Parts: sequence; structure tokens; C-alpha cells
Amino acid sequence: MEIERHDYDVVVIGAGGAGLRAAIEARQQGKRTAIVCKSLFGKAHTVMAEGGAAAAMGNVNSDDNWMVHFRDTMRGGKFLNNWRMAELHAKEAPDRVWELEAWGALFDRTKDGKISQRNFGGHEYPRLAHVGDRTGLELIRTLQQRVVALQQEDYETHGDYEAYIKVFAECTVTRLLKDGDAISGAFGYWRETGNLIVFDAPTVVLATGGIGKSYVVTSNSWEYTGDGHALALLAGAKLINMEFIQFHPTGMVWPPSVRGILVTESVRGDGGVLRNSEGKRFMFDYIPEVFKDKYATSEEEADRWYTDQANNRRPPELLPRDEVARAINSEVKAGRGSPQGGVFLDVSTRLPAEEIKRRLPSMHHQFKELADVDITTEPMQVGPTCHYIMGGVEVDADTGAAAVPGLFAAGEVSGGMHGSNRLGGNSLSDLLVFGRRAGLGASDYINGLKVRPKVSEASVESARKEALAPLERTGENPYEVHQELQRSMNDLVGIIRKAGEISEALEVIEKLKERVQLVGAAGNRIYNPGWHLALDLRNMLLVSECVAKAALLREESRGGHTRDDFPVMAADWRRKLLVCSTTDGSGVTVVEQAQPEMRQDLFDLFDRGELKKYLTEEEMDR
Amino acid sequence: MSYKAKFRVWRGEGGEGKLEDFTVEVNEGEVVLDIIHRLQATQAPDLAVRWNCKAGKCGSCSMEINGKPRLGCMTRMSTFTEEEVITVTPMRTFPVIKDLVCDVSFNYQKAREVPSFTPPKDVRPGEYRMKQVDVERSQEFRKCIECFMCNNVCHVIRDHEENKAAFSGPRFLMRIAELDMHPYDVADRQVSAQEDHGLGYCNITKCCTEVCPEHIKITDNALIPMKERVVDRKYDPLVWLGNKIFKRSSS
Repeated sequence: MEIERHDYDVVVIGAGGAGLRAAIEARQQGKRTAIVCKSLFGKAHTVMAEGGAAAAMGNVNSDDNWMVHFRDTMRGGKFLNNWRMAELHAKEAPDRVWELEAWGALFDRTKDGKISQRNFGGHEYPRLAHVGDRTGLELIRTLQQRVVALQQEDYETHGDYEAYIKVFAECTVTRLLKDGDAISGAFGYWRETGNLIVFDAPTVVLATGGIGKSYVVTSNSWEYTGDGHALALLAGAKLINMEFIQFHPTGMVWPPSVRGILVTESVRGDGGVLRNSEGKRFMFDYIPEVFKDKYATSEEEADRWYTDQANNRRPPELLPRDEVARAINSEVKAGRGSPQGGVFLDVSTRLPAEEIKRRLPSMHHQFKELADVDITTEPMQVGPTCHYIMGGVEVDADTGAAAVPGLFAAGEVSGGMHGSNRLGGNSLSDLLVFGRRAGLGASDYINGLKVRPKVSEASVESARKEALAPLERTGENPYEVHQELQRSMNDLVGIIRKAGEISEALEVIEKLKERVQLVGAAGNRIYNPGWHLALDLRNMLLVSECVAKAALLREESRGGHTRDDFPVMAADWRRKLLVCSTTDGSGVTVVEQAQPEMRQDLFDLFDRGELKKYLTEEEMDR
Repeated sequence: MSYKAKFRVWRGEGGEGKLEDFTVEVNEGEVVLDIIHRLQATQAPDLAVRWNCKAGKCGSCSMEINGKPRLGCMTRMSTFTEEEVITVTPMRTFPVIKDLVCDVSFNYQKAREVPSFTPPKDVRPGEYRMKQVDVERSQEFRKCIECFMCNNVCHVIRDHEENKAAFSGPRFLMRIAELDMHPYDVADRQVSAQEDHGLGYCNITKCCTEVCPEHIKITDNALIPMKERVVDRKYDPLVWLGNKIFKRSSS
């Protein structure tokens, strides 16, 4: 069968916030841009984001500015963040949010007509631009509609909507193609027809999101199979920080079929509290040493904070996500959990019913429809769920460029920005800031290119063979391999880890790698989910191996990596990044790499007493 | 708690197909989409179904369950009796690609025909000032998750392929209303709603509102006010009515 061919300047893989923002930028720079996505246009996982986009606009508290946001982000990531990314992010987020408004987004408003901002875990001031609890939907719809606006412009000029920007929906990329060291295109298949497709393009922007589908309990959708992480690895790029996975503290725990679905942090930001089976607000018992002076020590003080933030400290329910997730985990383990294995999250006794429905409409709807729970009259039951991977493609902070020339990455698939733990609300702003920068980076790279790299027929042929292989086999059902991987990662490389269990997971992964070589997909090429899953398994296994191997090496506990056998955060480890790479895809190598030192002017933004908690003495002597 | 349910699922591709019978396990708290997934994992690995978030937020898993447009992820099995045969078919208004998956490109094409948000030229990003009460009207419509069930159920196009060219369906008429009610939009949308997007075809039977999983009052809050704005624009109701009748008879 003939393979469809397309010529583009920039191929963006993924149509969530980062991908769409990158594509918009590339098109605005005059580049012919393809957006390739596994779902329909406008359905990507960004749609699930609830709370908001963090940007220090200072609309609600005028004391807020980029420096405060920068500090909060570094603290949240336990200082493992790429400081340059955290700096750019804090500085540029407000412009990116305002730009959305000029493209038609309708955020909730303050009394004086500005964009309203809400409180969130780890953020010192109300900082999240939001629309009720459906901010992700607003963001993706606005970007989708901006793409359409650009297409309409192109129609006016060229008589063709798709002259400069085209969406290839329900299309999966399985290999990046290279000419020597540099990117020359991408290979994939149409989900709908099973037909194969090749993009000839000097740049690829990865914006594929995360890896949650390697876990059983996750807030992530089926698309999150680590495609971009794996594509980058296989193309010769490097992944960093793969051991850091964010378990969101509040996922639904019941009914079983929706276990893991997200319950927004806004519930706590707007006054919701966590209680155990004894009715105790247990978070007061879990304030870690490094945050002792920033969080309230009594319920009275915590409650006063909602109305008077200047004179009171924050409630401990609003600690960074890693702290809250571990606390819930400990309460459940200690036998103080709720009947269905979580803890209670209660907003019903904290806000009037009407106010809950206005501020948290999706949550009200979700619990009513899926669990028969009315959150205005009774508490929710919640527990940790695999939510976000901090690790990803190692990129240049300013341009999003990966180690492979022509390869760029933005959003969750890139690594560094969030360090060991991401603050809520920093994801939507990350998408916008670095999506734009990656689109710009790709455009600049093309402008400097002397010769356009070529796609080799040999690489297309080997990609074709790899893609069609599962259809030609009659082996094991891919769903079984997937389920075993999910159970193993969940049980053995989950929220609390120890050496023995991680090693066990690595043994399982080795066995699954062999089984994957044999899985077969019944049926033909037309919209065949079994075949699609068989191909996704390669990616999930590669990424799981990265997570497990890095988790085994990092002998400390920090952010989204908690080792039962090394419970303490170690300053020496803060200076080290773990870098994953592969030569031929058969296995992953992990090596240590020094973390670049923070620039002096950023260093000086912190109180030395605070830095001492994280940095080595040698680093303090600078 | 678990039991065996009887499912009849549409299987087929390329314009042909039939209902296939399955007996499948159902556990407490599950939704129809869970059962479809169980069929994939145990009996029919190539059964095609679109889905994504599984939480009623993305609008991918639209299907017809016992003839009613529903999101598979938000239809709990406990709403049926254990004896009931549950029939699952693809949306009827759009061509079937395979099994439960439809070609919904009609919707994307119509989306592209609605002129985009048009702010005044002299307002820069960051300068927008709007009252909450003024954005709430459009915000309701922006809750739309584009499941396209309103367009699927709308009788103007449900069994009338011939109307598709002239009618954008509730989803995109609501999009026009959303922009028309946006405090900063300056484009003229009222004549176009009527003449280019077929607002006149809507005779407010409210089927769209009934199936909306986001409970948006599409008819009452978007379509009827939009019709009123069109009338106001055209000054004379008789002229408007004449145009409407003319347009209908010529379609």
C-alpha cells in the first residue's frame, strides 16, 4: 500500500495546550505547520485541567509579582527545578494569559473587571486565572478557536483554510525520522483507516503530555502513553527527572470504574478541608520542617486566612501536592481512612450550597452523576492518583530545543521546569509559555537551516515494518500485557518506593518487553484499538523502565519521589540530575549529571536561611 | 454485586453493519463505557469506540444508548435493570466509520465557517475589563464540551442530509450567540446567523437542550435570544417572517 506523504516546516505532535500554542506560534512566524494528534481536535488532556493557570498578574493581591511566583515554584520543586525555566515561566505567564483573553477566552472576573485569581497549594498569593473549575476546557477551546481564526485568515489570503496550518486528527506518530543527526520528519498511521503517513519536516515539536497510563490509578486519559518521551529517546534525545511523578492527593476512590479521576485542588483552595475517619483535620500533623513558618498550626488561624491573608498563615491543606498525597497515604495506612479507602474531603460544611455550585460546578456534576454524592451536603472520599510526570525531554530553557537538532519539546513531555514537584496551576501556564517558545525555537532553527534534511527510504521501511508487525501476529492480547504493567508500576514504583520493590518492577518490565514482541492484534487496520494499544506498549515500557531505573538510583526522598528506605531529602542529591538515554530502544541507561548552579541574582531573591535547608554548605559559600 | 448483562452493540464499517449480541460482566458503580471497554479487553479487541477523559469533560464518547444520545462515560449501569437488553449504536446523524465511531467532520467544517472573535482594534491584551455578570451569558455556552449530541439529535439534520449544507446545528448557532453576547465582540453576526447558518430552521423543540450533558439551556438562552436579536435587527417582523418562509421553501 502506498504511504501518504506531506511536506511541512514544523510538525507538532500533540494538540493539547502546549502543542496548540506551539503551532499557533510557528504559523504566526510564517511556517507551514502540521498538528498531529491521537484524538479529535479539542479533546486533548488539557481539557481535564480544572483549577487554573498560575500567573502573577497581581489582580487580587497587588503584592504578587514574578519574583514571588519564581520563589514559590522553586520551593514547590524542592529546588531541583531548572531555574532558567522557572524564571521565564514566572515572567511570561501573565502575558500568555492576557493574550488568551484577546483571542476570546472568558475568565472569571474580579469586582473591578479584571481576571479573577484563586488560591492554590504552594502559591503565596491568589494567582490562578480560572473559569469556575473548567479552566482547561476554556484554555483548549480558546487555542482551538485561535487556530481556526488563523485558518480563516489563510482562507482570505490563499483561498485554502489549510494552506499554513492543518490538523491531522486521530493520527498517531510512531517514529521520528532523521537525516544523520538531525530531524527530517515523522512516521505514523491514521487511526481511522490504518493507512500509513510520512511527514517530511526539518522540525518536530513534541507536546504529547505524560505517561499516566502506565499506572492503574491515574487521572490521565488513554492518550497518556508516554509517546513523546519514547519518541525522543528513540531519536537520541535525553530524558531527565523521570523518577519524579506527581500523585495528585485527591482523586476519586469510588466507584471503582472512576477510581483516579481528578478532584480539583480548588476544592481546598476555596475552603475544603481533609478529615480522617475520626473527624480530625489531620494535615496539621504533616507540616514538614522546611515549611513550618508558612503554614497555620491551628484550625482557627487556618480558617481566618481565607478572609485575612496578611495576618494569618495558610491552612496546611494547601501544602504542595506531594506533601498532601503522602499525608493521605499515611492516614489510610494507619487505619484512619474512609470506608472506601480514601480520606474525607469536605466542602459541604464550609461553603453555602449555592456558592459550591457556582465555584465548583464540574465537581458537583461529577460526583452527582458518577458517585451519587451531593458535595453540597456530604463529604467526598478521595485518595492519591497518578497525575503528572515532572520528568521529560531535556530541553534548552529558552528555545525548547532537545539534544537532537530539529527536535523541540514543550509542556508535560519536557523536563526541568517543575523540578521534583509541580505546583498546581503551573501546568497550564507552562504550556502557554513554553509552547510559544518551542514554536518560536523551531521557526528560528528553520530560518538558520542551510540544507533541508531528507527522509531516507530505509528509515520509512523499518518504521513501516514495526508499525504493521502486531497485525501480522496472532499472539497474546495486548490488553493483558498493559494491565500487568499498570499493576506492577502502581504497586512497585508508586507513591512510596523501596529498592527491593523497584528491582522487582524492573524484572517484570524485562519480561513484559519479551511478551510485547509477541502480542498480536486481531482484526484489520480500520479503527482497531487492539492494534493501537500493541504499538503504544513499546512507549509505555520504555518510559516505565526510565521511571523505575531512575527511582532506584536516587537514594533520597524529594517531591514526587519518596523512598521508604531513604526517607530524607539530601542536599547532595539536589545537585544531581538523572539522565536517561537509549541506543537502540532495547534498554535504558541512566547516568548522573550535575545540575547547573543558579544565577546569582536569582539566588539573591531567597533568604539565606531558607536556602540552607536545601543547598550544601559548599553551595552556600558562593 | 456483579452480574451478566445483555448488550447489543452495532458492529460494522463502510456503511454496512448489524447489531451483535454480547453477554458481559457488570460490576458495581460501572458506566456503559466501562462495559464497552470490557468487551474490547475480553471478547472484541477491535471494537471501535472513541473516548478520552472518562469524566464527562471531553465529549468524545457520544453514542446512542437504547436510542437516546448519551455520553458512554456518564451513563451508569445502575440506571438499567439487570434483565434489560442494552442497545448501543453510533450517533445517527453522522456517517459511521466503524462500530461506534462516526465521522464528525461536519462539525469541524461548520466551526470554521463561524467568523472568529473580533475585538475592537484598539484594545490591547491586559486591558480587557468586563463585569462578571456580563461574561456569564457567554460563559454558559463556553461550557460546551463539543460532544455534538445536540447536532446529532436535531431533527433538522437528523434524518435530513439535504439540510446539512444550510444549517450549522445548535452547537454552532450557540457559538454565534456566544460571540454576539461577548462584551468585546464587534462583528455583525445577526444577519449571518439567519442567512448563512440557518437559524430560521430551528423551531425550538428543545431536543438539543434535553440531551446536553453540560445542561446548557441551548434553546432558551442561546437560540431564542438570537432569534429575537435577528428580529430586532430586521425591524419589521413581517419581512422577517417572509424571508424565513422563503428560505425554507427554497431549501
